[in-house]
Amino acid sequence: MSLVTKLATARRKPGRWHWTDVAAYAYLALGVVLMFGPVAWLAMSSFKTQAGLLEFPPSLLPMSQREVVVAGHAQPLPLFEVTMPDGSTRVLAQVRRIGIQAQMVDPANPAEVIRVPIDKRTLVREFKLATENYTEPLERFAFMRFLWNSVFVTVVATIITLIINSMAAYALSIYEFRGKNTVMLMVIGTLMIPITIILVPVYLVVTELGLVNSLWAVILPGAATPTGVFLLRQYMLTLPRDLIEAARMDKASEWQIYWRIVMPLAMPALAVLAIFSVMWRWNEFLWPLAVLTKTESYTLQIGLNAFQGELQTQWHYLLAMTVVTLLPVALVFVFLQRFITTGIANTGMK
Amino acid sequence: MASAEPAAPRGESSGAARLFAAPLSLLMRMIDWPMSALQRLIGERRMAYAFLLPNIVFFGLFVFLPLIINVVFSVTGGTALFPSQRPYVGGEQYAYLFDCGSFLDPNSCREDHFWRGVSNTARFTVFQVTAMVLFSLVTAVVLNMKIKARGFFRAVYFFPVLLSPVVVALTWKWILQRDGLLNAGITALGGERILFLVDPSWAMFWIVFVSVWAHMGFYTLILLAGLQAIPADLYEAAEMDATPRWRVFWRITLPLLWPNMIVVIVLALIKGVQTFDEVFVLTGGGPGTATLMVVHYIYETAFSNQVQNFGLAAAASVVLGLVLFALTLAQLAASNRKGAA
Amino acid sequence: MQGRHWISALALTAGLLASGAAFAQTTVRIAWYSDGNEGEVVTDLLKRFEAQNKDIKVVLDQVPYKAITENLPVQLASGQGPDIARVVDLGGVARYALDLRPYLKDAGYWEKNFGPFLPWMRPAGDDKAITGFMTQLTVTGPLVNKTLFEQAGIAMPGAKASWEDWAKAVKEVATKVQAPFPLAMDRSGHRFFGLAISEGAKVFDAKGEPAVIDDGFKRGAQRVLDWHKSGVMAKELWGSVSGAAYRGANDEFKNAQVVMYVSGSWQIAQFDKTVGDAFDWVAVPSPCGAAACTGMPGGAGLVAIKATKNPEAVAKVMEYLASEPVLSEFYARSLFVPGHLGIAAKGLDYKDASPQAKAALKVFSDQVASLSPVAYALQGYVNNRIIFNAVISRVGQAISGETTLDEAYKRIASDIEQQIAERNKK
Repeated sequence: MSLVTKLATARRKPGRWHWTDVAAYAYLALGVVLMFGPVAWLAMSSFKTQAGLLEFPPSLLPMSQREVVVAGHAQPLPLFEVTMPDGSTRVLAQVRRIGIQAQMVDPANPAEVIRVPIDKRTLVREFKLATENYTEPLERFAFMRFLWNSVFVTVVATIITLIINSMAAYALSIYEFRGKNTVMLMVIGTLMIPITIILVPVYLVVTELGLVNSLWAVILPGAATPTGVFLLRQYMLTLPRDLIEAARMDKASEWQIYWRIVMPLAMPALAVLAIFSVMWRWNEFLWPLAVLTKTESYTLQIGLNAFQGELQTQWHYLLAMTVVTLLPVALVFVFLQRFITTGIANTGMK
Repeated sequence: MASAEPAAPRGESSGAARLFAAPLSLLMRMIDWPMSALQRLIGERRMAYAFLLPNIVFFGLFVFLPLIINVVFSVTGGTALFPSQRPYVGGEQYAYLFDCGSFLDPNSCREDHFWRGVSNTARFTVFQVTAMVLFSLVTAVVLNMKIKARGFFRAVYFFPVLLSPVVVALTWKWILQRDGLLNAGITALGGERILFLVDPSWAMFWIVFVSVWAHMGFYTLILLAGLQAIPADLYEAAEMDATPRWRVFWRITLPLLWPNMIVVIVLALIKGVQTFDEVFVLTGGGPGTATLMVVHYIYETAFSNQVQNFGLAAAASVVLGLVLFALTLAQLAASNRKGAA
Repeated sequence: MQGRHWISALALTAGLLASGAAFAQTTVRIAWYSDGNEGEVVTDLLKRFEAQNKDIKVVLDQVPYKAITENLPVQLASGQGPDIARVVDLGGVARYALDLRPYLKDAGYWEKNFGPFLPWMRPAGDDKAITGFMTQLTVTGPLVNKTLFEQAGIAMPGAKASWEDWAKAVKEVATKVQAPFPLAMDRSGHRFFGLAISEGAKVFDAKGEPAVIDDGFKRGAQRVLDWHKSGVMAKELWGSVSGAAYRGANDEFKNAQVVMYVSGSWQIAQFDKTVGDAFDWVAVPSPCGAAACTGMPGGAGLVAIKATKNPEAVAKVMEYLASEPVLSEFYARSLFVPGHLGIAAKGLDYKDASPQAKAALKVFSDQVASLSPVAYALQGYVNNRIIFNAVISRVGQAISGETTLDEAYKRIASDIEQQIAERNKK
């Protein structure tokens, strides 16, 4: 704890380096590597070929073998660096491999065949992006349709979530009424219930409502979120009451007070909920998988996960499609990161 | 009309918010007329019900009703989907769940996977909350120092919060597997490969690590906000009295940060207990059942097995729900007392 | 370009709705998961079907496998499913299956060519219905990295070699060439029962009821556990995940870290592509145990669903896909072992495959006829996945050291009993 203490209370004179500064920057530098590194690695791996992905030790950059056209051979031949019996190294093209012997030729002198044990050769490789990991699946699937469905679900669900939860939070923070405690208890009591454990009953309800295969089946069930109500109410409790009383004196209706006064004041908390709602909806997988069975209604997460078979997962496609679904999130983040991070910081969460 | 003009949003770049708010504003105007009429009819105070109504309807349909159906499932058996077609079995599912030689030893239980799930979830939650609080606190304290490019570093730590659980797990699986990046590093340094996901202790360590990695940024920001709200003159006064720094931290920083700590602990606990997809993709509950979480058990019982045993899964989820409810209440009570002190 | 195709189809649908549906076009929906390229192949084939049958539109809903195992049963139970589905849990889906006989032009063709596999897709107690056909017949068995054997200078055990011979040989090879996985076996019930039945497991009692734990089964389970202890098998597959989760060793085999990989025929297409010229691999006949030398049959079937509103159209689609020329093309292009006796008898020309893939496909195809009857009985048993899941889950726990094998035997028996009882509660 003592390091924390020092860091917390460090007061340094301008221009002088205290050891805590060094420690702090070291910690932050480590953070950059640890936080960005894994995702960068994923993105880089998504450009490797199916075979390149499975290599060990993995190459840092996407590489593929270099090939050369040799006279007398219809197909291009892979190049290898070969250690010759006398210890010298030569770059040779491999004609064929038989067991643990390889038949190789010098591209400059294709007539002479050289026999090489396979453990004496290493592939010559070059940097190459396997963009087909992206283009092939995107051509095969109705990508634009999936994208539109995902965007529609995310936007509409977020708007509904913001409106109905802020209304409830408003009621629970501003008014005294009978049944308030019951409602609060319900909100808090269900705060911890994960949707996973009520998946089947919700499916039944959605079926009875005739919503299966409609995007509304994905939008509606998560709209009333106890977390949202809880978050917004905590924030609204901190708003000055006299503002509301003053508005009532001026004969503003309750609805006007809600949307002209409380909503703008609660903007930071609303922003936080909006961000979380966007993340939840964009990334949702299990529930849409259960209620959407028609290609026309698939969201991106469902459509692009068709690469997970019973016995095999086509990793090269899966990683590429993961990056595709990640892109919009990354873009949102790059443009809105200041807003997002200060928004959360400003909610105060008293 | 209301005299109070809307105060400027406290967020820094309100442009984005306005863009989002414009269509909303039109909608709100349209709703005003019927709502005002309603207010004239039922009076100001009862408008609370009108504000609650939409939430209650959605909540009732998609949370409360399913919870009740779940209770019905838990006292019925068979594999039929519709409750009306399921035979009543009374407390059989519960009895099955609680059929244990000793509650301390999952091996002695008829449904040992459930109890292993409970004990793993409890352990995971304790480790995860502790690590989460510790690391977010350190990070928040560092970010609160007079460092350059604070906005950038803040963003760096927050970034993983935006990733979906599946992406998080996939990313780390790619690093931790036998032929992953980490083992490549270890062998390059001359070490022996470590099978991170095959050793029970390592597996537990990594799911805690990955979970902290993914969610720490959010909690850091909450604590950072708390740190920034502490008035600087308090520190200055302490410095004049030459109070030792650790005392300043214990006596000033921590108590003033307490409300934010409570939020962090509550939210981290909730997340911890609900953990499923991240761990599911990363370790699949293994090795053996070392990282099998209780929500994973419920999911598997209801879906993955050939006989989709909705009854047993529902019974387990009712038990889990009750425990969680009690936990939340206890926690709120505790935090209220501390907060008042 | 399926994308464009789709958007235009949607536009067309919208136009039709707007104009009050001028002419009736029946839509048949197929829920389909893919392990490899079979989704693309069947899309091609269906395009041709649509060109010949303008009144029927076939929509292929490509889903992750998870949607088929976990969500499809719930959808079917609530009456929401597709018209046709590609499924692996044939016994579980059988009760929702449509008997195609009233709609088929030539039921005899189906009896003749799919005869041995039809019972797998029939609901319990029915011995006549025709509900679908196998899009892929799989046979479990070992794939061996021949180059590693050559590098180690050790001779490969021949046909009819026992499991013990193989275990000894692969361990020696692995030690010499420093491969971390002498023997890898998928974490799967099918793979395990290939071994267990070879060791004499009978699975069923005289009345045909499951009696899984017997001496043969125990010999098989003990063998797997001992192999883990002696380092013949690595814990990564059986010891790493919980429950009934599947784990394979494709990546490790491709990286030449596995000497012998007990998996099955479906791996061929992938290895043909990913291994390339890096080493020689061969399929070998199943090793022998005390009782037999057998693998397990299995595979994915295309099953028509009872709840469909257009059984005639469904039958037409099924008839087309099951017809000999179409089905041979499908098997040939996706490198699957044919589940069609006529095609199997003629032999299939896998045009796109390399010589070693062709050789491997031949080894597996030849095994189909010689599999143990117990293996066929187990594959055809309605509740077989209950057995598979219980075995993987409990034996996996024993391997990871959480329980003992004796404890696992008890739990396997009680798991199976409890789940079958639950299924029979009405």
